Formats: sequence, C-alpha cells, structure tokens
Amino acid sequence: MSPTRRSVLKGIASAAALAATGSPEAFAGPLPKKTSPSDAVGLLYDATRCIGCQACVVKCKEANGMPPDTGTPRGAMYDAPDDLNSKTKNIIKLYKGEDGRTSFMKAQCMHCVDPACASVCMISALYKGPRGIVAYDPGKCVGCRYCQTACPFNVPKYEWNTAFPKIVKCEMCRHLVEKGGIPACAAACPREAVIFGGLETLRADAKGRLAGEPKRYFPKVYGETDGGGTQVLYLSAAGIPFEKLGLPDLGNESGPALSENLSHAVYQGFIAPIALYAVLGFAVYRSWRSQGLGKGGEE
Amino acid sequence: MSHKHEAAAVGGPILTRTFIACLAVFALSIAVLAWRFVVGLGPTTGMNDGYPWGIWIAFDVVTGTALACGGFSVAILCYAFNEGKYHPLIRPAVLTSALGYSLAGASVIVDLGRYWNVWKIPLIWNWNRNSVLLEVAVCIMTYVVVLWIELSPAFVEVWEKQEKYPLLCRAARRVHGWLNRYLVAILALGILLPTMHQSSLGSLMLVMTSKLHKLWHTPLLPFLFLATAVLMGYAAVIFESALADEVFDRPRETKILASMSSVMVGVLFVFLGARVIDLALRGRLGLVARLDFYSGMFLLEMALFLAAAILLLSRKRRDNPGVELISAILMMLGGSLYRFDTFLVGFLPGPGWSYFPTIPEMTVTIGFVAFEVLAYLFIVKTFPILHTGVPSHALGMAAAKPSD
Ligand code: SF4
Ligand code: SF4
Repeated sequence: MSPTRRSVLKGIASAAALAATGSPEAFAGPLPKKTSPSDAVGLLYDATRCIGCQACVVKCKEANGMPPDTGTPRGAMYDAPDDLNSKTKNIIKLYKGEDGRTSFMKAQCMHCVDPACASVCMISALYKGPRGIVAYDPGKCVGCRYCQTACPFNVPKYEWNTAFPKIVKCEMCRHLVEKGGIPACAAACPREAVIFGGLETLRADAKGRLAGEPKRYFPKVYGETDGGGTQVLYLSAAGIPFEKLGLPDLGNESGPALSENLSHAVYQGFIAPIALYAVLGFAVYRSWRSQGLGKGGEE
Repeated sequence: MSHKHEAAAVGGPILTRTFIACLAVFALSIAVLAWRFVVGLGPTTGMNDGYPWGIWIAFDVVTGTALACGGFSVAILCYAFNEGKYHPLIRPAVLTSALGYSLAGASVIVDLGRYWNVWKIPLIWNWNRNSVLLEVAVCIMTYVVVLWIELSPAFVEVWEKQEKYPLLCRAARRVHGWLNRYLVAILALGILLPTMHQSSLGSLMLVMTSKLHKLWHTPLLPFLFLATAVLMGYAAVIFESALADEVFDRPRETKILASMSSVMVGVLFVFLGARVIDLALRGRLGLVARLDFYSGMFLLEMALFLAAAILLLSRKRRDNPGVELISAILMMLGGSLYRFDTFLVGFLPGPGWSYFPTIPEMTVTIGFVAFEVLAYLFIVKTFPILHTGVPSHALGMAAAKPSD
C-alpha cells in the first residue's frame, strides 16, 4: 500500500468516524506504537536445530499440570494431540514440502508485543503481564472467545467439553519464570532448538545466527516486527518460508494498532458521544415539543 | 402536527394456534439449552477452536440486533429530524426492537462459556478501554433497558386504568408522570446507543487484519455496520407493518412508509458507493473480479442492495405497497448476508477448520425467534401498540368497527 493510498484511507476512515459521531476528535493522531518492557523475556526457536523429539511437549504438560490428549490408533494408547488444544499448550508439527524437504515447527503462544487477545478482552482476563508475558486470569474471563477469533496465530484454546470451561494457552511458564526458573520447553530441549532469554538478547542472537550462516537459514527472523513484533522468535531453514510453517504474513502492524487507533479516534475522552447526546437531546426535545407529545398522557 | 394518532390494543384470543406452536418450539429450545449448560458448548454446537463464534453470535446478535433496529431507524426520523408523521410507527418498532435486543442479550449469555463472571463486566475498575466488545456489551445492556422504558407508556396507559387494583393503578400513574418528564432524555439515549454499538459491532472485526477476508476487512467497517443497521431496521419496520396489517386486517400505512423509503434510497447508495470506492482505493477490486465463492457472496450482497435501491428509486413504485415490501425484504436479506459474511463466511481461521451449526444450535436460534413472535402477539393484543390508522377525532367511528 503506497503512503498516499494509506493517507486517503485514513481520511475516509476519519470522515466515516466523523459522520458516525460528529466528532473532530476523529482527526486526533495515532497512538504511539506499542513496545515490550525493557526486561521482556522470550523464546527463540531455531527450526534447523529441532529434531522433533517432542521432549518439550511432554515437559510442558508436566510443568503445567495438563492431562494427556489420548488417541488410540491401532488399539494402543498415545498422548497424541493433533494440534494446540485445551490439553496442549505447546506442540511440535512437521512440515513436508513438495520437494520432500521437511522441517519441524514448534507452536505455542507468541507473546505478541501488542497482543490482539489482550486488546480485545473486555475486563483483561488476558493481559500483558510482568516481563511482557501474556497471562490469563480465569477469575475475570467470561468465556466470550473473542481472544480466539482475534489472535492471528489461533493460539488461545477453549475447553469445549465441559460445563465450566477455561481458556487455555501458553503463559511462558510464568509460574516458573517468576521464581527465577525458565520455561519447561526450553529446559527440556536436548538440542537447544528453543532457548529462553531476554528479548533483546534473543533478537541479537537470532540476527547473529543469520549473519553467521546465511546459507543455513531463510533470511529473516520471524517475530522481529511481524504483527507488531512477538516475544517468541523463529528461524527457519533456507528455502522454507515461514508461511509454510504456519506463521502468517502479518505485515509490520499489529491488529490492535488499527482497531485501537480508530476507536481511540472516535471515543477519545468520550467527548464525541457526549456531544452527540447533547445534540440528540436537543433535537428530541424540539420534536417532543412541536409534535405535542408528553402532555396529557398521549405519549 | 395537527392531528394525533392513537394506538390501541388489538384484542382477540391469546391462545391461538400460532401462539401454541411458537410456545412448543420455544420449549424445545429451552430443553436444548438445559443440555448445553450441563455438557458445555462442544457436544451441543458446531463451534470449535477455529470457529469460536457460531450462529448464536453471527445471527442472533450481529444480524438479529440489526433487524431489531426498527426502533432506532424510526426514532432518528421521528425525533432527530422532527418528522412527526412517522410517529404511528414508533411503538410497534420499539416493541420489536425491545424483543429482538432482549433475545440477543439472552443469546450472548447462552453463548458465554463462563457466564457466571458476567457481573464483573459493569464494574468500571475492571474495564479494558481498548476492548470494542466491552463497549458493545455495556451499550447493548443499557439499550435493552432504554427500549423497555421507551415502550413503557404503552403498559402504564393500560395499568393506570385498572381501577380494580388501586395499587397498580396508582403506581402506573406515578410512572406515567415520571415518563412524561424524563422520556426526552431516554429517547435521545435510544438514538445514541444504537449509533454507538451498531457501528462497534463492525469494529469488532477490525482487529482481525489477517483473518477476515479482504473483501470485508476495511477501516470502514463501523460505518458500514451503522448504515446496514439503519437500512435493516427500516426494512424490518416495513416488513412488520405489512405483516401486522395482513394478520390483523388493518389499513396499510403506505403513505408514511413511502416517504421513509425515499430517505433509505439515499442511504443505500451511500453504502454501495462507499464499499466500491473503498475497494477501488485500496486496489482490492481484483478480488471481486476473481469470481470465486467469496466474490460471489460479495456480489450477491451488493445485488440485493442495488435491487432494493432501484425498486425504490421511482416515486410511483415507492407508493406501491407490494414493491415496497419486496424492496424491504431485499434489504433485510442483503444486510443479513453482509453481516453474516463479515462474521462467518469471510472469517478465515486457516486451513483445516470448518463450521456448520448443529441441529441443537439451530433449535435454540429458532426457539428464540418463536419466543419473539409469541411475545409480540401477546403484547399487541393486550397493550396499545399498533396504530389505529385514523386521526383521533375519527376514533369513535373506528372503535365501533370490530378489529379482531
Ligand atoms: S499469539 Fe495470540 S494468544 Fe499469544 S499473545 Fe499473540 S494474540 Fe495473544
Ligand atoms: S474468552 Fe475470556 S480471555 Fe478470551 S477474550 Fe473472552 S473474557 Fe477474555
């Protein structure tokens, strides 16, 4: 999208907002771009190092007290989730290309810098907590599932088969991190395919690996800016773009950047609604008078 | 305004066959709901982690409240633009709005997984001001109350005449006095709140920059949702009034409706123009030319609206009640499809996910609609909602003529 097009668009949006609310606030400037706190932590997953052993999947369940997700192919029972679900916060998937090349892929919450899930949640049951970890508080959750529809990575899962459900998603083992520990997946990995650390350190590390072995990697660190940035970063093998691994092309703006800017423009300080109410109140009063209503009980 | 319009109860037996049929369907939906509250949403609905919102949101709430925007559309014309001639349409429109919104509210509760926490939503210190859904929720909750207050003169008019029950009678008179004084403030709220939450229903999808199909995702979403709310509300008024006139054998209110139609033609063209220009400016018209499933849905929406606009374009056709009814139905379909597409069809969670409502899920939706019908029948027969169609000075004559 060219800058001129974008500005035209902004103009239309503002005009529409103006038409909808009659407010000059619609032209207020955009909110500053969100950033993670300076002590933010994250994960770096290097797909070229992962051997698909699933140790992280097992240890994640253990650390979070998650039940097995059992399947019984050929009669024997396996803990074999087929995707992230209400019993699985972390999973290793396999990508197989037309050319027969394969790559493993770890999926869990990306701990977005500007998380859509937290932006949309009515009373902040999902919220960006200490060190930028996106955390869940079931005590506030009403189960509207807006977080699920809003998350660009389809991460939050819902306990569909119970009368008293919760939202389930990776919280970067915050109960361990709070006590100075590290997430179970990073602790479990025998190949250091996933490592835990400060966000800035991880970013530098990822870029260093790219620069050091350009032939080994697809030339991009996913999560550096994607969707406004994520605290979980990815490296993929050369020739395997991130979309193949299920990481969508989101551009550099987060979803909330658009929705919050627009509603901020319209509802800033609640001035527009109050002004509109005043105008409406006056108009209704005038009609009320001239239409001879409200007197003598004839509505 | 020189003459006043009077509303009167339609009267007649309550327990008709339609009423009992609706009651049966509603009872069935309650049974399904009991099951839903025991086993959860998984076994009862088609929803899943890819499609966490199904028809209870996309139809009952997002489409249903727009079809229930009659009270809003007529109130804008009648009060905000001081067109008193629309006044006879207000009460029936507000009644269907009150019913539609109340049931949308009920659908939300049924859909919420952790409904026992809802009492925390109104607590201001909990609010996440960035959440569009919060605004929608608070606004709709308030609007339901506002609608019933707007409608309450119809109830107190009846109750204050119940001399047999002096307490009820006195309370009703007190309330009526209060309403006469403060209804202006409530009526203004009745226009403000739908303006806010109907546009915000569109804003709900703004955040889904990557998951909503590009034919539907646009910064104009709030505006387009507001426009469709006005259009669908108005179309629903025409539809209901045609239906009420048919069922209760009453004179048609064509004249008033026809002049409303001329206003709607303008709104229709603004909606159509805005969508096309928006797509063109952002270089997305190619998506329409693709002629795949999505462009087909898009074109169908546009065709329904365009057909309605063309039908209403000429004065002569507008005055024809049959044409008007058809255009109203086209608008209701177009608007419903637009909203349904935005929330379900155009919602793309990624490969491997699919959704189709289950029979229990549909039963609940149909049961709620059935409840709406039976409540409507009961209320118009018991309370002065529908307009008698004649100026009040002729009312003596009209009253002599039986109107079942
Ligand atoms: S990946 Fe999804 S669930 Fe995780 S922080 Fe981002 S938006 Fe929230
Ligand atoms: S389901 Fe719970 S956590 Fe998710 S958006 Fe709704 S209230 Fe927030």
